[in-house]
Amino acid sequence: MRVLVDLELCQGHGVCESEAPGVFELAKNHKVTILEGSPGENRRAEVEAAVRFCPTTALRIVEED
Amino acid sequence: MTIATDRREPSRVSGGEGDTGHLEELRRDPIALMNRVRSECGDIGIFELADRDVVLMTGASANEFFFRAPEEQLDQAEAYPFMTPIFGEGVVFDASPERRREMLHNQALRDKFMRGHAATIADEVEQMVAGWDDEGEIDLLDWLAELTIYTSSACLVGKRFRRELDKRFAQLYHDLEQGTDAIAYVDPYAPIESFRRRDAARVGLVELVQGIMERRAASAGSDGSGTADGSGSSAAEDDRDLLDVLMSITNEDGTPRFLANEVTGMFISMMFAGHHTTSGTAAWTLIELLRHPGIMASVIDELDELYAEGAEVSYQALREMPHMESAIKEALRLHPPLILLLRVAKEDLECDGYAIKAGQMVGASPSVSNRIPEDFPDADSFVPDRYLDPRFEDRANPWTWIPFGAGRHRCVGAAFAMMQLKAIFSVLLLDWEFELAQAPDTYRNDHSKMVVQMQQPCVVRYRRKSARPATGSSPGAAS
Repeated sequence: MRVLVDLELCQGHGVCESEAPGVFELAKNHKVTILEGSPGENRRAEVEAAVRFCPTTALRIVEED
Repeated sequence: MTIATDRREPSRVSGGEGDTGHLEELRRDPIALMNRVRSECGDIGIFELADRDVVLMTGASANEFFFRAPEEQLDQAEAYPFMTPIFGEGVVFDASPERRREMLHNQALRDKFMRGHAATIADEVEQMVAGWDDEGEIDLLDWLAELTIYTSSACLVGKRFRRELDKRFAQLYHDLEQGTDAIAYVDPYAPIESFRRRDAARVGLVELVQGIMERRAASAGSDGSGTADGSGSSAAEDDRDLLDVLMSITNEDGTPRFLANEVTGMFISMMFAGHHTTSGTAAWTLIELLRHPGIMASVIDELDELYAEGAEVSYQALREMPHMESAIKEALRLHPPLILLLRVAKEDLECDGYAIKAGQMVGASPSVSNRIPEDFPDADSFVPDRYLDPRFEDRANPWTWIPFGAGRHRCVGAAFAMMQLKAIFSVLLLDWEFELAQAPDTYRNDHSKMVVQMQQPCVVRYRRKSARPATGSSPGAAS
């Protein structure tokens, strides 16, 4: 899977960073930075929680073949 | 956006023949006015507010234009003249998206603080209900406005400051909120009663804050436990709050950087966006649940299950409440606390073939867009199921489900607000039963001010539940 962010929507709440540390991090400009763009399957539950609970719906997952 | 060769002017809504255009109608029945704009003019139409046009946008396409526009095109700072006398000169109503993200961090609205806030809020509700008898009545506006002063001051300024507040602060704050008559678009200092009370309330709040600052300075100076560099507080390190921080900042000559007037302005503005909005939404959620007993039952079942065996409300648990959350969202859709969002066009613009001229105001209306029947079937009814799988009508309509706005100016406190409302109802609905004390259709909003609040009376009865054990009702109380 790949993780995509719409930076126009991101407000830097940091929910993703709490849910999936190491995949997401808040950058100095207070917007999210994706540290791991293609996280392994073992992180799926955490990444899905980050997407689901993002307060501004700025994140989504794209499945890779 | 394409450059159209035949940009039309939006049509004008009927009425508004007097000197001040539609101002009087806006003060009397703003939702009827805005609905008429949509029915007569379509997605984009004009009403007149004193000597200015307001281009009112509704529907997904025009709303997307409104919410995506950068500051350079649609500016917020000038659009709310009624806020300046409340905050004080120099404290702007809204800031750039960059500044807002910074504030989000500094004001502890971030996710990692939410769990602590949930416990703080639950504790404040417990303190308020501790004064209740086994049964009685409360006025929803008075009670919730006071509660949300305590919760927002405790979470945003700090618990130490909160402990120094009482009902007086809430009453003065209410006078500020009532000082938002749309007459401010003609003159923010017009000689009317609500503006006089507003100005007196601001003076009163500064006096309260001044007193708190003087007591802190005195105790820091006298008990010897102040910090060695004389930074002016005797608070234990973990009790230190934003007021301590502000008081510790000095100019180069050693005098305090912020005086009571400025500190009060900052606190008023920090608390403003989250106060009447949360208070009103809590009131409407309770009223709608009491109007719909079947939905109330499903919400209470959900809470009972969640808190079975005395489980604490951690932030984790607060997120997992589909029925409660849907009821809140539906109250927000039907009764959005902000009914009209405004900007000022800084240059000539075009939206969907219509011309917007520099200097015109541009508005979006949650009240109108949230009830567009094509997007929200049975739009005037309270149907929380519309947010559940598979409908997801909030996410399916990001530009018309807009109780929190959308895009770059979307409410940065939305997640905090949802958490707060769920924490409040966790305490209230687990331990207490409620019933309407008035005919169901007599609960209304007062639209005579730009800040919308419940019209009084708005009374409900409460009764302590007998079956439930006393423990386990305090979300987050222990941890």
